[in-house]
Amino acid sequence: MIVQRRNAVAGGVLLVVLMVITLVPFASLFTTALHQSGTYPKGLDWPSHPQWHNFADAFHAANLDAIFKSSGLIVLGVVPVSVLIATMAGFALGHLRIRGGQLLFVVLLMGLTLPLEGVIVPLYYEVRGLGLLNTRWAIILPLIGLYMPFAVYWMRTHFVNMPSEVSEAARVDGATTWQLFWRIHVPLARPAVSSLAILLAVFTWNQFLLALVLVDDPTKRTTAGALGAFQGQWGADIPLLSAGSLLILVPTITLFVVFQRQFVSALLQGSLKG
Amino acid sequence: MTDATSSHPVRRTSREAATSRALGAGARDVRTTGWLYVLPALAAYGLFVLWPIVKTFRYSLYQWDGVGPARWVGLDNYRSVFSDNELASSLVHAFELILFFTGISVTLGLLVATVMRRVATRRVGGVARAVLFLPQVVPLVAAGIAWSWMLASDGVVNQTLSAVGLGRFTRAWLGDFGFALPAVGVIGAWVLLGLCTVLLLAGMSKIDPALYEAAQIDGAGAIREFFAITLPNLRYEIGVCITVTMIAALSAFDIVFISTRGGPGEATMVPGLKIYQLAFFNREVGAASALAVVLMVLVLVCILPVQWLTRRDDS
Repeated sequence: MIVQRRNAVAGGVLLVVLMVITLVPFASLFTTALHQSGTYPKGLDWPSHPQWHNFADAFHAANLDAIFKSSGLIVLGVVPVSVLIATMAGFALGHLRIRGGQLLFVVLLMGLTLPLEGVIVPLYYEVRGLGLLNTRWAIILPLIGLYMPFAVYWMRTHFVNMPSEVSEAARVDGATTWQLFWRIHVPLARPAVSSLAILLAVFTWNQFLLALVLVDDPTKRTTAGALGAFQGQWGADIPLLSAGSLLILVPTITLFVVFQRQFVSALLQGSLKG
Repeated sequence: MTDATSSHPVRRTSREAATSRALGAGARDVRTTGWLYVLPALAAYGLFVLWPIVKTFRYSLYQWDGVGPARWVGLDNYRSVFSDNELASSLVHAFELILFFTGISVTLGLLVATVMRRVATRRVGGVARAVLFLPQVVPLVAAGIAWSWMLASDGVVNQTLSAVGLGRFTRAWLGDFGFALPAVGVIGAWVLLGLCTVLLLAGMSKIDPALYEAAQIDGAGAIREFFAITLPNLRYEIGVCITVTMIAALSAFDIVFISTRGGPGEATMVPGLKIYQLAFFNREVGAASALAVVLMVLVLVCILPVQWLTRRDDS
C-alpha cells in the first residue's frame, strides 16, 4: 500500500513537471508580450503596467486577418482534394485489390519517409515553370502530391479492414463500382476520413519550408510561413514578436481545445501508422 | 509499417476469392478498371514527388547556377558533399541532433510512461494528455520563436539557473559555439517528448496486467519488471518513436532556421538548411541536389533497420 501511494505521488509529480516544462515557453511568451514594446524584459516577469494593446498592435503589424484568410484558403485548396483522391486510391488498393496494386503500394510507401528538403529544389523550378511562384497554388499543388503516401496509406488501411460482405450485398442489388464506393464505402469510412482531414489541415497550416521558398508575400503564405516572415521583420522587438506569435497560435489552439479528443487520437494513429 | 502487405499467402487467396465473389461477374474488370480510382492520386504523387526525386538526382550530376547553362560534372558534387567541411559537418550535426531528438524523448518518455503507468493512466486521459500534445499542434516555427526567447541571455532557462544558484553556467545558449547545437536539440526534444510519452503510455495500456502480477508474485523488482515485460512488449511503439524522432532530426529545418539560421558560424548548420542556402542563395543547385540525395538515402538507411527490428510479427 505504502509503495503504491509513493508511486502515485512520484507519478503525479513527474506528470506535473512535464506539463510545466511544456507550458513554460508559452507562459514566457505571454508575460513578455505584455511588456513595453521595444524593451528587453526578463523571461518570466509579470509587468507592473501590462501593455494589453500590444496584441492589437501585433495584429495590425502582422496583417493577421489576411494571414488567417490565406492559410484558410490554402487548407481549403489542399484538404478536400487530398482526402477525396486518397480515399479513392485507398479504396482501389485496399478493397478492389487492383492488378499490380502491391507494387504501386510499395512505390507509395517509399515516399512516406521522404524529407521535403530532398525535393524542394526541383519543386521550385517546377512551380516556376508553371508560372505559379508567389501564388497560393505554389503551396497547394505540391502539398497534395506530398501528402499522397501518408493519406493513401491511411485510407488503404481502413479499406483493407472492411469486410467484403458489405460489397457483396450491394453488388447483388446491382450497384456499379462508383455507387458502391460513393454510397456505401465513403459513408462507412467517415471516421477515418475525418481524422485524416484533421491531420492534413494541421500539417498544412503549419507548413513552413514550401511557403518560405515558393511564396514571398506573407499574406499569401500559410500561418507558419507568415510567422517566419514576422520574425524576420520584428525579431528585434521581443514583446511585439511574442504578442504576434501568440495571436497566430490562437486559432490552432482553440480548435485543438475544442476537438482535443479527435486531434489526439488522430495524431496518435497518424504516427503509429506512419 | 508493412504488416498489411505481408499477410499470410493462404489467407490472401481466400480473401481474393471473397473479393471476387463480392464484386460479382465483373470482378476481373474491376481489378483493372479500378486503376481509374488510383490515377488522380498517382498523378499528384508522380508530379510532385517522384518526378522531383528524379530531377534532384539529375541536378546533382551537374554544375548549375539555376539560370545559365548546366555543365556535366559527374560525381564531383558528391565528392564535395563528403570532403567539403561545411557540407560534411552539416551531416555530422544531423546525427548529433538524433542523440537529442531521439535519445532524450524516447528515454525520458519511457521513464515517465513507466512511472505513470499504473497510477496515472486515468488522469492522463484529460488535461494532461492535451497539454503534452500541445507541441505537436503548434507550428515548429512558433516552438522555435518561444525557445529562442527561453534560451536567450535573459530567458527563463538562465533565470532558473540563477535562481537555483547555478548562475555561473548562464550564457546565451543559441549564440555559444559549444552549446548552440545541444540547445537546438533540446528544442526538438521538447517538441517530441509529449508525443513519445503518450504513444508509449498507449502501448503500455495494451500489455496484459496479468504479466505484471505474475512478475510481482515471482518477486521481480521494478527494474526487472521493466526489462522483462515493459520493454519487450513495447517494441513496436518504441520503433515508432525512434522512427518519427529520427526523421525529425535528420530533416530538421524549421527550428534551426528560426532559432539560429545555422549559426553561430556553422555550429548548427544542418543538411536541410544547407540545401536551402546552397540552392537559393549561393546558386549552387548541383551541390544542393547532391546533398539532398545523400539526405534522402541517409533517412532510408537509418529508418529501414529500425522498422525491420521492431516490426510486428503478425504472420
